[in-house]
Amino acid sequence: MADKRKTSGLSKRDFMAAAGATAMVAGVGGFPAVLRAQPANVKIGLIHPVSGFIAFSGTQCREGALMAIEDINAAGGIKSMGGAKLEAVLADSQGKPDIGAAEVAKMAEAGIDGIVAGYSSAISLATSQEAAKSNTPHVVDVGVSDEIIKRGLPNTFRFSPGYGVIAKFAVDNLDKINKAAGSPAKTAMIIHEESLFGTGSAGLLQKELPGIGIEVIEVIKHANPTRDFTNIALQIKAKNPDLVIPANYYNEYVLLARTMRQQKVQPKGIYSVLGGAASSYKFVNEFPEAAQYIMDCNHWFNPKSDIALQRKAAAEAKGLIYTYEVFLAYNAVAFLADAIDRAGSTDKDAVIAALGNSTWDKHGMPYGPTKIVGGQNEGGQPVNTQVLDGDIQVIFPEEFASAAPVFPMPA
Amino acid sequence: MSEFSILLPSLLNGITTGALYALVALGLTLIYGVLHIINFAHGSLLMVALYGVYFLAVGFGVGPYQALIVMPAAMFAIGYLLQRYVIGKASHERDENILLVTLGLSIVIENLALYWFRSDTRIVDTPWSFETVEFLGAFLPLPKVIAFFGALLTAAALWGLMTRTDLGKAIRAVAKERKGARLVGIDVDHVFAMSFGIGIACLGIAACLLMPSYYVTPQVGHGFVLIAFTIVVLGGMGSFVGALIGGLIIGVVESLGGLFLGESLGQIGIFAIFILILLFRPTGLLGHKV
Repeated sequence: MADKRKTSGLSKRDFMAAAGATAMVAGVGGFPAVLRAQPANVKIGLIHPVSGFIAFSGTQCREGALMAIEDINAAGGIKSMGGAKLEAVLADSQGKPDIGAAEVAKMAEAGIDGIVAGYSSAISLATSQEAAKSNTPHVVDVGVSDEIIKRGLPNTFRFSPGYGVIAKFAVDNLDKINKAAGSPAKTAMIIHEESLFGTGSAGLLQKELPGIGIEVIEVIKHANPTRDFTNIALQIKAKNPDLVIPANYYNEYVLLARTMRQQKVQPKGIYSVLGGAASSYKFVNEFPEAAQYIMDCNHWFNPKSDIALQRKAAAEAKGLIYTYEVFLAYNAVAFLADAIDRAGSTDKDAVIAALGNSTWDKHGMPYGPTKIVGGQNEGGQPVNTQVLDGDIQVIFPEEFASAAPVFPMPA
Repeated sequence: MSEFSILLPSLLNGITTGALYALVALGLTLIYGVLHIINFAHGSLLMVALYGVYFLAVGFGVGPYQALIVMPAAMFAIGYLLQRYVIGKASHERDENILLVTLGLSIVIENLALYWFRSDTRIVDTPWSFETVEFLGAFLPLPKVIAFFGALLTAAALWGLMTRTDLGKAIRAVAKERKGARLVGIDVDHVFAMSFGIGIACLGIAACLLMPSYYVTPQVGHGFVLIAFTIVVLGGMGSFVGALIGGLIIGVVESLGGLFLGESLGQIGIFAIFILILLFRPTGLLGHKV
């Protein structure tokens, strides 16, 4: 019987021993081999103000960033890391810099690989500062304050231009538009929201506009939120400037435009700089008459780029309004993902180095390949847009223009 | 037009804006001033009403003023049910519990709105949104003029309800002596729920009159709720005429404050008045007895 057992197979004891040994070998070496075929996800922190007074913009940013992650994953993930998938880690800054910074600290503790944040300048200042403590790569999606980059934090990058560049571009092009029309604009009033973005933009414009022969006769600062803009509209009417230059967030911009119309304020032009609504399809769709002829100098996609038009169509198919928040946050994530891919790992120093020498060009923006200097993409530039017949047209620079400017506004 | 010449238009604008604030505060003065329920969900329920007006307009083509037939009743039902089955039950008649329950409710309502409606700014663009009425050289937006008269009518109706009806008497009895009212056979829980419902119905009216000149987002109530509490205290807790006058004063102070101190600082005046009233006349302008 014993021989038979030996010749016909394993004894019960031998079988158990063999099975145990096999299980142990598999447990120690076999399954990890299988797991190694599924590389660990790359965790990207997305910190946006999805509640609070700028929730609309924050939500748009989040949607854009998530679209980018979805597209990158669908295209095979981070190829140099065996197709590792991007994983979004979401947080809400509630529109408050301190909460944004606290979310960065939590994410750093949890081992995040990179952060895209935080829509407003004030929040971006706080999140990038906090991310610097853990050397976490941080890409600013929208925040335009030049201070964000000027601090020289090695972990902080911005793909889109800051307001120094935007204000200069806005003033130069306003000069061209004004001169082409016979210089009808000689005075301007600036209406801006009170945070870093509005105050900083207004300060730069106030300094630059006299250089092109436009006197700034009044600068009005308002709170967020402002429930009623009648007083401001009345003051604009009293001063009767040739140009009204708003720099504020969407809700306030809408109320301002609505009230100016109610109070029959008719300047020669409304020329926004980073205006929260004049470059928004939402505003144009909801107020086609009030929006007509408003010009803006803002972030915008290249209307002649197939990449941009495909992404716009994809966003609209999801029911999104294709605002600048959507495509800037999309590009911020894609810019970071490209760097991780080139770094071939999530090693923070390697990713930061890859961001610094990026020449990425799949952005659909009127930029050219990225050229990072001190964290800022120096190739980034805004464009001038104008609302014409219910659509937003690019009017400057000429190489990207889809229409000619109409100025002064017809009465 | 000089800066001095916009003083009158600014004053008139303050009055019409104040009427909108008063509309929001009228319901609160009933809930907070009479029943002493600190309803932190007032702003969130205003938001619900504004979304109601928006969806009626967009989904069914019902204009904001036509919605006046539906919205007050719908908001009354929401208010009644909330008080009867959520706030009343969860609070166990303890003021601190009511405060926490309404605060919790406001957070839940806002987050549900964020989940369902996203944070998009929504606007009802009516043909009359840009119509103005010229008065003493000032252009007064028609929706605000209508809101002004709406506030007067609502305040009068609430005053009539409280002083001329059995329900009003019951509300006052319950507010003054809850146990005594129960002893004489008044259904206290029903009266509380009715009062809360009426207060929230006022938000339905406010939303219909506000929507043609404002917007709605899940956070929109924040901008109104603190102002509404200030108006209730300023006017005198429980006084509808006081709420109306308080609203108009706050509107004027905000408007003129913005004109002379700058738009960022203009709202300081509101809170300065609030502190002064608390210091020198804690019962408010028209007292709190109903």
